[in-house]
Amino acid sequence: MDILALLVIVMVLVAVLAIVASPLRGDTRERVRGEAADEIAELEARKEAKYREIRDAEMDLRTGKLSPEDHRELDRALRAEAVVILKALDEAGG
Amino acid sequence: MAIVGRALLILALVVALYGIAVSLYGAVRRREEWIVSGRRSVYAIAGLVTGAFAILEYAFLTSDFAFATVASHSSTTTPTFYQAAAAWSSQEGSLLLWLWLLSLWSTLVLFGTRRQLRIVAPWATAVLLGFAAFFAALLVFKETPFALLAVAPAEGAGLNPLLRHPSMMIHPPMLYSGYTLFTIPFAFAVGALITRQVGAADWIRATRRFALAAWLFLGIGILLGARWSYSELGWGGYWAWDPVENASLLPWLTGTAFIHSIMIQEKRGMLKIWNVSLVLATGTLAILGTFLVRSGILDSIHAFGASTLGVPFVILIGIMIGGSIGLVVWRREALRSENRLDSLLSREAIFLLNNLVLVAMAFVVFWGTFWPLIAEALTGTRRSLGPPWFDTYTVPLAIVLVLLSGIGPVIAWRKATPANARRNFLLPAVAALGLGGVLAAFGAASRPAALAMFVCGAFVVASVGQEFWRGVGVRRAMTGEGPLRALRSLVARNRRRYGGYLVHVGMALLFVGVAASSAFNNARDVRLTPGQTTRAGGYEFTYAKATSRVSTTKAGELEKISFGAVVDVRRDGEKIVTLRPERGFFPSRDIRGLGPVGRFFEGEATSEVGLQAGIRRDVWTAMTPDIRNLMPTIEEGDRVFAAAAGKLPPELEGQALGQALSGIVRQYIASKPAATFRVITSPLVTWIWLGAIVVFLGGLIALWPGPDAPGRRVSARYAARVAEELGRA
Repeated sequence: MDILALLVIVMVLVAVLAIVASPLRGDTRERVRGEAADEIAELEARKEAKYREIRDAEMDLRTGKLSPEDHRELDRALRAEAVVILKALDEAGG
Repeated sequence: MAIVGRALLILALVVALYGIAVSLYGAVRRREEWIVSGRRSVYAIAGLVTGAFAILEYAFLTSDFAFATVASHSSTTTPTFYQAAAAWSSQEGSLLLWLWLLSLWSTLVLFGTRRQLRIVAPWATAVLLGFAAFFAALLVFKETPFALLAVAPAEGAGLNPLLRHPSMMIHPPMLYSGYTLFTIPFAFAVGALITRQVGAADWIRATRRFALAAWLFLGIGILLGARWSYSELGWGGYWAWDPVENASLLPWLTGTAFIHSIMIQEKRGMLKIWNVSLVLATGTLAILGTFLVRSGILDSIHAFGASTLGVPFVILIGIMIGGSIGLVVWRREALRSENRLDSLLSREAIFLLNNLVLVAMAFVVFWGTFWPLIAEALTGTRRSLGPPWFDTYTVPLAIVLVLLSGIGPVIAWRKATPANARRNFLLPAVAALGLGGVLAAFGAASRPAALAMFVCGAFVVASVGQEFWRGVGVRRAMTGEGPLRALRSLVARNRRRYGGYLVHVGMALLFVGVAASSAFNNARDVRLTPGQTTRAGGYEFTYAKATSRVSTTKAGELEKISFGAVVDVRRDGEKIVTLRPERGFFPSRDIRGLGPVGRFFEGEATSEVGLQAGIRRDVWTAMTPDIRNLMPTIEEGDRVFAAAAGKLPPELEGQALGQALSGIVRQYIASKPAATFRVITSPLVTWIWLGAIVVFLGGLIALWPGPDAPGRRVSARYAARVAEELGRA
């Protein structure tokens, strides 16, 4: 093995060790959120999905796939589900 | 540099094993620093494998024949464009490509979710690192791309001429991107099952885009392969139900089912078992597809040939299947649906039916592909199932699938009333049936399956067109925008919906193209001499004259000898086009026992087809020259060169060989040789490729981050309170 190849390998090894070991020295900038933040993120995702449903239902009404009566009933149900999620978000501190 | 490349792969393996251990430790003990270290292992592997891949590419591009894989798959006469692709034409190079793409996509998803999914992500990281460790181990212990030859030859064996096609440059990276991207949702599904987070919207949202991207890349890869088959292999078809073709189709079918039914889980918390099973099956089938090309257990033009990789892959696939079933059974309680189907007349019901059809198709393809193995195991006799068997089951299923893809867009979520359904279906149904009536009157009724596909395809285009029309109308009514601006705004604000609609249109065009070109093509195999004419599909093909040429590289080295024909195509006496099919003969890479002239006729032969593609019809021809009359001349040439062996300097020997081949070329033309032609006229083949482009565009639109991307979200509290205060709740 020539010296240059050995040097490259050693440098790569040092770089890899630095990358994977730095969190163990406590100097990572990547902070994983706590459990509470995870719960908030989950509720945010559900909220977005619910809002998408509400918008889809409105689009279905406007494009004639839903009658006004059916839309009212569906919209009411979806918004009630959204309120549940928002309350859960409030409680979780989101 | 080979030693550096090998060291990088060994390091990648070690880091992968380390990453698995610390990710699992961090997940179990909830120790953040170990979780982060595990994630950084993925980043490090991406860097290491990128370095290894760059070294291999450099070796190919500089024709460093000290590398065994470069010597056996490239040459100085291989064009640069194909030298770069030759890296993944080998078993070991393709494994390295697989690992590289896996490491890149894994880095992307883990970096993007680094502040989320605290519970699920470490397990997903361990799974992804498990795949990385598997492929790294294969590259370190079984098939290293950095093996060196004791003596580097002056010239390499060259790239298989069949692979010298632009589609072949991009077909494997696309296919492997699809396979590796499907490991992302697989890994996160495993993590979600282990941690009982299967109902969580977070992991679905994080991985949904990767599943869609995987589906898109895999689909494009499959179609590029079909295009290559049509324009390069000389048989005139684009799909042969080849086992390796089927192996790439299987995860695409189950992946299609997954990206549809995951929407139902997002909205209604339903179909959890179904979704989790689909994504686990898709990941497993992606590995199975990777395994098939390198196991040697099935005969295929794609196969890398028999190898020692079969056993490791079987073990991995066994672990994936057993582990998947075990996880689903273990977490079956957490996989219960939160809601029930409100109505059979709903988009949810259509999606469910759509999934059943897709899974049925996957089952048919799976059975037909593995039947040779099963039959051999049971009876000791090898059998195979050809296109007629596959068509018997897949054609009716495909018709139903296209029909459902037209119904889906025009039916509401949760519950549609019969009155509304009638109103929404009426125009598309009338349009489709009307078209069907016209086509039937023009003879399409002679092929009822094709006619059914035309009707269903028209239904899809009409229903999606109606959706766009109504959506633009709504948008204009709300904003007063002009039609084009309203269309742009409509799509921009509803990318998933309208991108998806475009994908449906693209698929309908594609299936219509397949149906028409399969049912209404006219093909003929005929032997002609110059001046003779044959007919196919109302066209006359006249073999005007023979052609022949010797090709050299830019450096002036002999590359191949080609024999071809000038074929004039006429319809009703009017000349349509002149086609120039050829068959190219590349010198054999194994020169043992072969003379310098004769080896040109013992190597690979490729077909350059004569093709005129059009929106309405393709006119296609390929030819096989009759070179039997040349054999005495070829043998005489080899005897002359054998007698002069060692007496001529190499440059003069090269010139003499060129003159000998030129003499053969002239003799071939002068002899007015017969040739066997396959002539085909085939309607709507171009619709297949156009449909694929529309699918690609629709998929890109659906993938693109929309206005509701994280940076522009409004706080839920304020949005809901505004709505509540407006009294609309």
